[in-house]
Amino acid sequence: MNEFAHLVSRPSRQIDYQTFDNRLLAYVLRYEPSFLTCMSCGGCTATCSAGKLTDFNIRRIGLMLRRGQTDKLAAEIDKCMFCGKCSLVCPRDVNIRNVVLLIKKESTRLHAENQKV
Amino acid sequence: MEKEQKHVAVIGAGIAGLHTANLLAQSGHKVTILEKEKYPGGHLNQWHHLFPDHSSPEWIISGLLDEQLQFDHLKMISSTEITSIEKNNGHFAINAGNELRIYADAVVISTGFKLFDARQKEEYGYGLFKNVITSADLEQSLKSGQPLTTASGKTPSRVAFIHCIGSRDAKCGNTYCSKVCCITGVKQALEISEMLPETEIFCFYMDLRLYGSKFDDLYLQAQKKHKIQFIRGRLSEAAETHDKRLQIKAEDTLSGRPLRMEVDMIVLLAGMEKNEAHQMFSSTKLLELDEHGFFKSKNIQLTRNETTQPGIFIAGTCICPMSVNETIENAGAASILVNRYLEHQQLTNHHE
Amino acid sequence: MNEKLFVIPFVAGMALLFIILIVKGYKWISSLSKIDRLRLINALKSRRILQSAKDIFMECLIHRRIFKKNMVLGYMHMSLAFGWFLLIVVGHLEAFVAEKSLAVPFYLPIFFRFFETGKEFAGSKIFAALMDLLLLFVLSGVVLAWSKRFYKRLFGMRRTTRLQYGDQIAMTALWLIFPLRLLAESATAHQFNNGSFITQTAGSLFFNSNTASTLALPLWAAYSLALGSFFVALPYSRYMHIPTEMLFIIFKNAGIKLKKRTNSFTELAIYSCSRCGICLDNCQLNNAGIKNTQSVYVLKSIRNKNIDDEQLFNCLLCGKCQVDCPVGIDLTSLRITQRIESTLQYNASYAYLENQATTKAGLIYFAGCMTHLTPRIIQSMQHLFELAGEDYWFLDKEKAPCCGRPLMLAGQYDAAAKLIRNNTTQIIASGAKKLVVSCPICYKVFKEDYQLPGVEVLFHAEYILRLMNAGLLKTAPLQKRIIYHDPCELGRGSGMYEIPREVVKNSGQLIRIKNEQEHSLCCGGSLGNLKISQAERNLIRDSAINEYLSYQPEYLVTACPLCKKTFARNRNMVVMDLAELVLEASDEFIKRKKLKGNKVTNIRELETLIQS
Repeated sequence: MNEFAHLVSRPSRQIDYQTFDNRLLAYVLRYEPSFLTCMSCGGCTATCSAGKLTDFNIRRIGLMLRRGQTDKLAAEIDKCMFCGKCSLVCPRDVNIRNVVLLIKKESTRLHAENQKV
Repeated sequence: MEKEQKHVAVIGAGIAGLHTANLLAQSGHKVTILEKEKYPGGHLNQWHHLFPDHSSPEWIISGLLDEQLQFDHLKMISSTEITSIEKNNGHFAINAGNELRIYADAVVISTGFKLFDARQKEEYGYGLFKNVITSADLEQSLKSGQPLTTASGKTPSRVAFIHCIGSRDAKCGNTYCSKVCCITGVKQALEISEMLPETEIFCFYMDLRLYGSKFDDLYLQAQKKHKIQFIRGRLSEAAETHDKRLQIKAEDTLSGRPLRMEVDMIVLLAGMEKNEAHQMFSSTKLLELDEHGFFKSKNIQLTRNETTQPGIFIAGTCICPMSVNETIENAGAASILVNRYLEHQQLTNHHE
Repeated sequence: MNEKLFVIPFVAGMALLFIILIVKGYKWISSLSKIDRLRLINALKSRRILQSAKDIFMECLIHRRIFKKNMVLGYMHMSLAFGWFLLIVVGHLEAFVAEKSLAVPFYLPIFFRFFETGKEFAGSKIFAALMDLLLLFVLSGVVLAWSKRFYKRLFGMRRTTRLQYGDQIAMTALWLIFPLRLLAESATAHQFNNGSFITQTAGSLFFNSNTASTLALPLWAAYSLALGSFFVALPYSRYMHIPTEMLFIIFKNAGIKLKKRTNSFTELAIYSCSRCGICLDNCQLNNAGIKNTQSVYVLKSIRNKNIDDEQLFNCLLCGKCQVDCPVGIDLTSLRITQRIESTLQYNASYAYLENQATTKAGLIYFAGCMTHLTPRIIQSMQHLFELAGEDYWFLDKEKAPCCGRPLMLAGQYDAAAKLIRNNTTQIIASGAKKLVVSCPICYKVFKEDYQLPGVEVLFHAEYILRLMNAGLLKTAPLQKRIIYHDPCELGRGSGMYEIPREVVKNSGQLIRIKNEQEHSLCCGGSLGNLKISQAERNLIRDSAINEYLSYQPEYLVTACPLCKKTFARNRNMVVMDLAELVLEASDEFIKRKKLKGNKVTNIRELETLIQS
């Protein structure tokens, strides 16, 4: 069973805005509205300490979150080392470290909720 | 009824100031231009060629100065920095250095912009790594007529242009777009490519904003004729290698992967910032500034050149970033508003 | 009806309080870990108990630390605590002497004047005068406490804590106890002439023989009720700190420390907080308009079990609050423990860090993530290594593992342990004897949480000072007024204040300022805060910069890439790292040498000069 089945988005050719699971996105935006202002410049990914060592793209994680493609997201975010360089270079002042923390928190909760069911 | 001659003071002899002054003089007003530098022309003096037609800016400045000669009632005072402006009974007293005091019926501020100090972005290494230069440095180099080389005198085999330095960057406090850097980058990339056809050129951008007439033609030309590559990704940092090349890190956001590249030279496309002299006007509550520190227009749609203070007008890049042709157009618009104001003043004075 | 019954509220309240305290105390002691329990037993048996007794006297009664912060505030706390304590002690002595027995009912000393209406005994007049004096002492504290609510400034405070329900009841009761005692004693004194200079005077002022006899009993009953209410409300109010703090001091002196998980000592620390609010004014979040996440509120929320991430993670962890905490609670550790608890379930996978290549070298330079955004620091460090002729390996030059500290600040200790393990392997395998770091965030974790046998961890300031002392780095002090900004992780975090100052003194004119060393300001950029917005950070930064600007410095020197980056963005000051400053001062040295005809051109040739 997919460990992150609680965040399922149907594999599809299209991004389906009708069906996507926006719980995680709603949670992140509620506590970190600055996430709205990302313009996908990629500065965060370029500077990312983890990204220099492995296939980890913090900007894409944000984009996946915004597009409701959250199935692989929780596993992906675990590679983050929390060093904070991304927040330091962001031209939009997105508090990226908090976005990561919020994703971790809510996906842990959703996961636990799913286990109960 | 004979028209009484009015006096207009123009502060700043960049192209906006020069053009406004000429038009006002042509309307019969007495005009005094105050310039803090020794020579008129402002930032344009540092430019080699203009976009989109690669014309020479010298031609523009000399044209404007030649035009001045027709007017006896137009005077330029250079090497003079103003210290304050006071308003009394609808008239202005302008105090400048050397105990100079000028009275005017209207004032046009055309103090221009300040180039963003790229040292602010320490992570890009300007002022630290010798082969990191700004667009202004490159323009000077091109103007010198010397072939472009690295600090050690070699021909660069790869040059990277970095867009949005000091623009659209909350980290330097400037969240706005400086508008002209994208096209400047494309123009300069073309010039380098023409000078050094073997050199590979990359432009790192967040969004390409080639908004003006014929700007896209240059973009097309850069891609088609000069094989200049455009990579959508913001540079996060640069580091110097042992052989004084530069290693840059960005994300190629379109392929979604981090990108590393070694180049011989980095050109930072520095943006336009508020002129710090603006502070003087706002601290005395004479004028209001907008959220970016530029002068606030009375109405951003209708009366772009009117300030919140009747009788004081603004022209050119002290309002917001502008290209050369926009500045010239804007200066023309300013002169019309000044004329209208002075005529209205004449009428009301006669009625009194 | 027996009029003695009025003591019931007092007796009942007291009994209830005792039961609660015994239960809580038992719970706290019994849930200690085995080792901590042994520590406690040993401490009780050793001379450390005397130290604890002294600390309890100095802190719980005299309030020495509060005195140090502000005299008026200290006096207020002392008069209430020490005054009340003396009232109880002298009151008991008086009862013992009067009854010529030690077996007096325990309520008797509390309501002595009511029961002893005119009996003459040895020293009765002196006792009466003394008791009046003490009552006056306590009342002066009560008056100050009232006025503190209105004139905070007098107490050196700009903010006082907001009260909750239990606090309001307990506080009202506390404020009423002593005025009621005064009135009750005065009424009785008017009737029976058993008072002294205060009560007797007040008695004739407030009462005639009629009112005195009718009002005496109701006033004594009200006094008893106020006492009873205070005791009942105490465990549910901030006044719980009174009994708890004593236990806390004993635990602390026994060497018990806060752990990485909540335990009974954590709870004890939380209950020991008197919510005096001294930490509020120290907190720079005030400058950003953040007013509900300060230590006192977080402790309150933890105690009320309604702490959330928004409050917990909105703290710079700069440690400024705990410097002046009169109870000496380790507020930063306490908050981090809560963060650990809050993030326990989070996963982390750093398999990608394993099996990284190692380079053999004598010295390792670890720049740290942040320093990669301040290349001037890196370049300066490289110059220094070259100057010292080091065989060094720049560990995180290309591939950059994080030191682990940022994860710890975010509460994720288990994840940090993984990073620490991998970095340790790499460092040990390199065979290096020295590890030099230029970031205080890295320095703290390398120093405290890494096990690196045979490797000396050096902060760049230490390394630079050694080069200076060894004559390898010669500087000529610049004619510049310099403020040295203590980075939080280096100063309060690691206790390093003087070494960087020595370096600055060798390189320019160090000016001393008010808020420095343990009271130094935070730049606002701290990684400890995960919730604050950039705009709020800017407000904190700007207020710090404005304070610095008032000293008209020419350089603001710091020893942290994050502080540097944060301050530099203000644009009103020249900001540089220590390493950059020493190189400028070294250039100055060369310049002066050159003037004297020595042929030197750059830093690398300095070595030759020194050798010649």
